[in-house]
Amino acid sequence: MRRRFYPLISLLMFFVLAGTSFASSEEGHDLASSDIPDSVEGFKHLWREVMIDITVIGVFFALVTVYFLITYRRKRPGQEGRPVKLSRAAVFGWAIIPVFVFMADDLYLGAQGWSLWNSYRTPPESSYEIQLQSSMWSWKFTYPGGVESYNEMRVPAGKPILVRMTSSDTIHSLFIPDFKVKEDSMPGRITYLWFYPKETGEHLITCAEYCGMMHSSMAGKIIAMEQDKFDSWLASEQAALKAEEGA
Amino acid sequence: MSGSKGGVGKFLKEWIFTIDHKRVGILYLIGSLAAFAVAGLMAMLIRVELSSVGPTITDPNTYNVWLYFHGAAMILGFQIPALTGFFANWLIPLQIGARDVAFPRLNALSLWLFWMGIILALLTFVVPNPPDIMWTAYPPYSILSPGNTAFYSFTVLIMGFASIAGGVNLITTIIYMRAPGMRWGKLNMFVWCTLGAFILQLIFVPILGTAVTMISMDKYLGTTFFSPTHGGDVLLYQNLFWFYSHPAVYVILLPVLGIIFDIVATFARNRIFNYKVAVYGGIGGITLVSGEVWVHHLYASGMPNWIRVGMMMSTLLISVPVGLCVLSIIGTLYRGAIEFKTPMLYAVGFIFLFLIGGLTGIPLALNSLDLYIHDTHFIVAHFHYVMAVAGTFSIVGGIYYFWPKFTGKMYNETLGKLGFVVTFIGVNITFFSMFFVGFAGMPRRYFDYAQMPQLESGHRLVTFGAFILAVGFLITLVSWLHSLFAGKPAPDNPWGSKSLEWTTSTPPGPGNWAEVPDCENFDPYGYGE
Repeated sequence: MRRRFYPLISLLMFFVLAGTSFASSEEGHDLASSDIPDSVEGFKHLWREVMIDITVIGVFFALVTVYFLITYRRKRPGQEGRPVKLSRAAVFGWAIIPVFVFMADDLYLGAQGWSLWNSYRTPPESSYEIQLQSSMWSWKFTYPGGVESYNEMRVPAGKPILVRMTSSDTIHSLFIPDFKVKEDSMPGRITYLWFYPKETGEHLITCAEYCGMMHSSMAGKIIAMEQDKFDSWLASEQAALKAEEGA
Repeated sequence: MSGSKGGVGKFLKEWIFTIDHKRVGILYLIGSLAAFAVAGLMAMLIRVELSSVGPTITDPNTYNVWLYFHGAAMILGFQIPALTGFFANWLIPLQIGARDVAFPRLNALSLWLFWMGIILALLTFVVPNPPDIMWTAYPPYSILSPGNTAFYSFTVLIMGFASIAGGVNLITTIIYMRAPGMRWGKLNMFVWCTLGAFILQLIFVPILGTAVTMISMDKYLGTTFFSPTHGGDVLLYQNLFWFYSHPAVYVILLPVLGIIFDIVATFARNRIFNYKVAVYGGIGGITLVSGEVWVHHLYASGMPNWIRVGMMMSTLLISVPVGLCVLSIIGTLYRGAIEFKTPMLYAVGFIFLFLIGGLTGIPLALNSLDLYIHDTHFIVAHFHYVMAVAGTFSIVGGIYYFWPKFTGKMYNETLGKLGFVVTFIGVNITFFSMFFVGFAGMPRRYFDYAQMPQLESGHRLVTFGAFILAVGFLITLVSWLHSLFAGKPAPDNPWGSKSLEWTTSTPPGPGNWAEVPDCENFDPYGYGE
């Protein structure tokens, strides 16, 4: 009777082992500023791996299916199949082995997805923080010091940027295709994402959560500038802001 | 179908007051195909709108109503009622050897509730300010929207009551009304699958009902469930909604798999490969895991990081029971004697579509990859492959398969096969190219894509495929109408199936059998030389 539980026990051991391997992958993102993880590179790497993985599985199953369809087509009217009678061991074999193969693949991909997830969701300490308030239908960015801008997020290149966001009306989603990242902004909660513009340039921002009539027009851009140009832009905006307040 | 000897009045009375499970099923089918036709038309209009940058044929408000209707009607009006209404009602008593369902009057009630839901949904095009809240109806937008959110809530509630009544009825039927000797271990795969689907419906539909009621209360009665300024929470709705709507995917998938299992077994003249593992591991596993993965719809919604990781693992594990079912379907072909009639072509088409759709679910399950492809056309292509199109292939294949039995007429094999080929080509052009449009960054629910004009050629290709797809479905419709008016009378068992539903007369009369069959020595898959 005991033997019945062997598959169950080995399954449990499998999970425990998998769990310990996850635990070790969770360490090691206490980052120095010089060692900022590149989530975009991580994304491309994992994407390629997953595409290969699912293509191999898909092609394998498709080929087997095509082979069966051709080999076992009906050759004379009234022909019947010759079903295989599975022994008890074969029944379990055809259950346990595929389960382990599928699970192994799942856990392998899951582990990599998890470690990439950690880099996506752990903003480096050196991040430059910008606040975002979304509304129907525009993006308002607030920089340290109170400078505001609409639909254009100016950022210093070469620095990780942390965006903390909320919304004043409905749910929007800050989607930056070039940095392979998005996160919803909503009233009553503060959410965040971070990205790392290594070089100067412009990047599209667009809304990815349905928000009514102008949802598809809720676009903006990120302008990554050199640090000194960014500083002088921020200083001049700040001066303008002060002048306005003084007036 | 039965003639109208006593005039139109008697004919209508016979059908409207019917409590016969077969007629209830057929009326479900007519309603769900009507929803499919209108929602399909919406899909074509959506594709035309997206075929060029800038407004093409309409304005954003109208477009959003089309999108809303397409999603809501395809899922709640077409797929779920066609599978759990038509197939389950019509087929389960025949497959388990019962004369009718356990509660025939409740069945009629559920049918007419469903029809009220269909009518209410179609009124979308008549009322001022139709709902534009998408089938997900996320607050706060569904509360702020100028559209009539109440229409959505009441449609969902009515359809939900219909589902619950149907679920109670058919679960009872399966448990208590099996013919003598019809033991659990030899039920048709369709019966097992539908049992799983109805269990999910019974557990989860009330939660959807709660969620949509809360939206309408917030909007019209001034409650604040989802208003953060009064202590509410907008994420609460998304959790409630997907707590139902993810299992709803399996409410669709399970009967879909059941139909495919039965078609494949019949046309391969073969036993289900590893029946017990497919039932207990595959179907049982799907039923168990389906309720623990809903947060993968909220990967980008600001849920706590840890729960997004946990749900990533449970989502990946869904591949295990689904994989067992696929293995069992493909294994049933092994050493079979496969005949390629139209239903079998749809089943084979299903296998390939389901492979593409299922496997593209893996990058979506990985939350770090999903942060990019979430809410883009990539996910639209994925769920159309795995649920919308694969499901529809199973439904159309199933209709062809049971067509001789429920209409008493044979269909034209050439027209049927032609419809399949055109649809299959159209599906793949449409949705395979949609993966690339999505991966290039095209968000979903967009009326326009002026910020990404480089995607226009991709969108053109998708629209081109959609037209081929529509032609394919029109051919199928023609083949059905042709059969209804000019089809040859069908024999009792045109496919040589061993399953119980083929032992009745064609079409089955009231009470299904002259005598309830003795199933002691019966096996629905008892093939073999």
